[in-house]
Amino acid sequence: MTSIILAIVIGAAFGAVLDRIGATDPNWIGKMLALKHLHLMKTILLAIGTGSVLMFAGQMAGIVDVGHMSVKAAYVGVFIGGLLLGAGWAASGYCPGTGVCAAASGRKDALFFIAGGLLGAAAYMATYPMWKASGLLNDIAGGKVTLGTVPGSKFDGIWAMQGDILGIVLGLGFIAVAFVLPERLSGEGRMADMPAE
Amino acid sequence: MPLNWKTGGVLLGLVFFLAVLLVKPIGVSTQFVILDGIVADVVNSEFITKTEEGYTSTNAYMAKSGGKYAKSAANPLNYSFVFVLAMMLGAFLSARTRGGIGASERQSPAIWRANFGDAPMKRYAVAFLGGFVVLYGARLAGGCTSGHMMSGMMQTALSGYIFAAGAFAAAVPVAMMMYKKEA
Repeated sequence: MTSIILAIVIGAAFGAVLDRIGATDPNWIGKMLALKHLHLMKTILLAIGTGSVLMFAGQMAGIVDVGHMSVKAAYVGVFIGGLLLGAGWAASGYCPGTGVCAAASGRKDALFFIAGGLLGAAAYMATYPMWKASGLLNDIAGGKVTLGTVPGSKFDGIWAMQGDILGIVLGLGFIAVAFVLPERLSGEGRMADMPAE
Repeated sequence: MPLNWKTGGVLLGLVFFLAVLLVKPIGVSTQFVILDGIVADVVNSEFITKTEEGYTSTNAYMAKSGGKYAKSAANPLNYSFVFVLAMMLGAFLSARTRGGIGASERQSPAIWRANFGDAPMKRYAVAFLGGFVVLYGARLAGGCTSGHMMSGMMQTALSGYIFAAGAFAAAVPVAMMMYKKEA
């Protein structure tokens, strides 16, 4: 029961934040991916950096259970799948999480995205044996690995260096890039959509 | 107008941190498979079956890794599935409290109308096809923007970086070709 309450609280917070940062709005996704307006990119980079620094610092302080880490396997299909997801994300303006949130916020086109998504997931379920047989799902570079070796983690590191410290350094790097990146790279430069700061 | 990136970025980072502090890293795209599994099992009760060790399915993907997807589909009241339903609730309440989304925007976003006109059917078709490709790709990759890109890179997972490289390598040229006008 506790886990269901946590799912409701964290899930609702995630959905609300995705709505408020513009991630569920295809206009902001389109402008970001066409490299015109990077406001949302800065938000995402800052979020990854903030999450990373807090998680690894929390591990070092003994507050965060290292066992909660969940690292996905690396294989060639990750890249191919990433290409497919990227193309569909750019065309539709939605990814799985933002699509369901956009539908909930009242966007009708997002309902079509979800319907297509359910069919796409079913198509993968049907074609999974083919991918499995192709060898493209076989682990590369050790499979479930992190860049550094995180103390106490069940996942191996590619490099021997201490993974939690590397995580904090990379997290700070993401934060730095978020600050350095300009809001606008190209485009019409309409002042109306510039955030007031 | 969305939140300032500094506020929004810290809030989003805190949500990802809270998830890994209290439970596990956030992920979404698996739940499309789970919902498919729930539906398939309603249509054909043989789709998911209970075994001595747990659950299995006539579908090899549902049955993989000791039937963990089959188990989730047989018991939808689990953390990850409820999490996605709660995301919808959170987004709904958030959108409502900021005044909702306008009628024309609900049908298709301004950036779409600026580039492709007002007819909604074309937009719906692209959203549907986009959804198909996104979820097919996400399941092939083993995760999506949430699980691979955000949670993965935050944990310094190699797979997260590979995924992000693929996603942006395709997304940027497609967006540049399709959305020349901003809105």
